[in-house]
Amino acid sequence: MSNTPATADSRSPGTEDTAVAVLQPETAAKAFVGRSPGELAWIRLKRDRTAFGSFITVVLFIVVALASPLISKLYGVTPTAGNAGLLNSEGLPIGYLGGISADHWLGLEAGSGRDLFMQLIFGLRTSLIIAFSAAIISISTGVVIGIISGYFGGWVDQALTWFTDFALAFPFLVFALAIIPIINTASYDVGEEVPGSFRIGVIIGVFALFGWMTTARLVRGQILSLREREYVEAARAAGASSAHILFKQLLPNIWAPILVAFSLALPGFIAAEAALSFLNIGVVEPTPDLGRLVYYGRQWLGTPDWAYFLIPASAVFIVVLAFNLLGDSLRDALDPKSSK
Amino acid sequence: MTDLADSAASTATTTTPGREPLLKVEGLTKHFPVRSGLWGKGSVVRAVENVNFEVKPGETLGLVGESGCGKTTTGRMLVRLLEPTSGKITFEGEDITHTKGNRLRKLRQDIQIIFQDPYASLNPRHTVGRIVAMPLQVNGIDPPGGVKKRVQELLETVGLNPEHYNRYPHEFSGGQRQRIGIARALALKPKLIVADEPVSALDVSIQAQVVNLLRQLQRDLGLSFVFIAHDLAVVRHFCERIAVMYLGRMVEVGTREQIYENPAHPYTRALLSAVPDVTKLGGHGRIKLEGDVPSPIDPPSGCVFHTRCWKAQEKCSAEAPALVPVQNGSIAACHFPESGEVV
Ligand SMILES: Nc1ncnc2c1ncn2[C@@H]1O[C@H](COP(=O)(O)OP(=O)(O)OP(=O)(O)O)[C@@H](O)[C@H]1O
Ligand code: SF4
Ligand SMILES: [Mg+2]
Repeated sequence: MSNTPATADSRSPGTEDTAVAVLQPETAAKAFVGRSPGELAWIRLKRDRTAFGSFITVVLFIVVALASPLISKLYGVTPTAGNAGLLNSEGLPIGYLGGISADHWLGLEAGSGRDLFMQLIFGLRTSLIIAFSAAIISISTGVVIGIISGYFGGWVDQALTWFTDFALAFPFLVFALAIIPIINTASYDVGEEVPGSFRIGVIIGVFALFGWMTTARLVRGQILSLREREYVEAARAAGASSAHILFKQLLPNIWAPILVAFSLALPGFIAAEAALSFLNIGVVEPTPDLGRLVYYGRQWLGTPDWAYFLIPASAVFIVVLAFNLLGDSLRDALDPKSSK
Repeated sequence: MTDLADSAASTATTTTPGREPLLKVEGLTKHFPVRSGLWGKGSVVRAVENVNFEVKPGETLGLVGESGCGKTTTGRMLVRLLEPTSGKITFEGEDITHTKGNRLRKLRQDIQIIFQDPYASLNPRHTVGRIVAMPLQVNGIDPPGGVKKRVQELLETVGLNPEHYNRYPHEFSGGQRQRIGIARALALKPKLIVADEPVSALDVSIQAQVVNLLRQLQRDLGLSFVFIAHDLAVVRHFCERIAVMYLGRMVEVGTREQIYENPAHPYTRALLSAVPDVTKLGGHGRIKLEGDVPSPIDPPSGCVFHTRCWKAQEKCSAEAPALVPVQNGSIAACHFPESGEVV
């Protein structure tokens, strides 16, 4: 039996009515230009003003954070240098508004005499490093667990779902308050100096440990609903491997919610990191940190220099808000319901 | 016509009754274990029960029945997307019921499926070219002239513009999407295509175009078809033989003439009544089926159709009728088969 496909010639005028059907494919789609669902989402995103504003803000923050060493060089002040000569005998900055001057745009920190502007942008860098690392690790963990759970089903799914629920039931802050000092004392002797990078690593680890569950649930649900789709069945019927089905058929359809989960995890981690620092179990000196700046800024609250509380606090607030708004806009733009 | 298509068409016309069947299905059964509620009692959905039929090379068999009669389940077992509970599927003389691994991959190239839903059956993130090339890609097939050429050839075969291979499914209409699905099914040059209600999701005006395309492909390529439909109207001009299913069971199997002109089973007659252009319907006139198909979890006793059959008698609920040859030449499962002509 010949299975050669009918070529163009099979469309030549035939004796059958069938030829008519083949000669007149429906032409409804003529007006479209080839645009992928991703491109359509991008177009929607560009039309959204909130998205645009928050995107610019987020990019600005990221650029400033990444460029902080460079800015420090141009500015001529390092974040950790104490300017003892500019403090009075009580440790308070000499001059108006906490020592604002051409050299120190936001003045100095009381006690240490460090430049506040530098502390702020280096602190931002610390926050973003922690948030991005924690988000990348926790989202990837969630994706892997969700995929295994949703695709393989059965007892694997049951075990992983139970494990996810278990992790979700854990009170994060209580756990963090308990575990971070324990890890510290277990790793370093009393009096021994704890390197900043170690603490940052511990914080990222704790965040990753508690950040993957919602993503795992989300991805599991997506995979469960997608794996019964007929295009997946078609791939299976053509002899596709599980790897092909997972990576070529399913993953391209869930990157959108994964991206949204990622962008919404970032502000969560930034806020949580600031909270940990505020509670004094976050990043340790001398690593600059936003949350700790807020913590120190507290002491200015009753004075005319309360701006030193306000500035780092609003920095945290604006970063978290901008990331949240961007995540929301992304979700709207990528919403499958609006992509029809 | 190309000579290739010609030779294919001539093979298709050499249908002789005594040929070896391409596909043979014996006692095919599928039960789905289900559980109501978390701790509920487990029960069994008898989706397909002891189904037998054959498809000869180049033949088109229609599988007809109302919604929930187990047509999709049967079709999915044929293409080995579902594992049968029991029974035997033979393809070209080989028992393929439980074929696995590499042999199954090879086998899949011969038996392809076309789906009902033109939206769910195409990956929205893939271009048309990628969708149609997928079967080639997963089987590591490099056709002469390259994958792109082959894909464009296939698009042309199904009546689509081959230049559109870079577009995404959402840019096409339902009928065009269904053509893309057909092109994908053709990519591996299958011998048998299971078409699961390929047109029921389409506008009536487009249904005919797609059915005509399938007819033409069937002739040109000498394909065999198992064409699933929920009414007798669609398969009328497409299928040489028709099998009528009710509640997972085969109730009548016959040639097109037998089924349309002289149906023996009351259920077939009822389905036929729903076909708009069947006007004269013999003694009983137009029959309207009351109610829904009973639950396949707890099918009626005896003849499963007795709860809706207007001819039902005591014997019907007590004793299940066997599928036996009847007066009109078809085989039917009924204690009191019809004999009058319909048209
Ligand atoms: N995975 C499953 N688990 C449990 N029950 C199922 C499953 N798949 C199908 N069924 C049941 O089996 C029966 C037959 O379903 P099937 O989809 O084969 O019917 P169908 O004839 O194709 O109907 P339709 O015309 O609606 O497509 C139905 O009652 C259905 O609910
Ligand atoms: S066996 Fe009885 S109930 Fe069943 S179809 Fe025939 S007449 Fe109707
Ligand atoms: Mg179906």
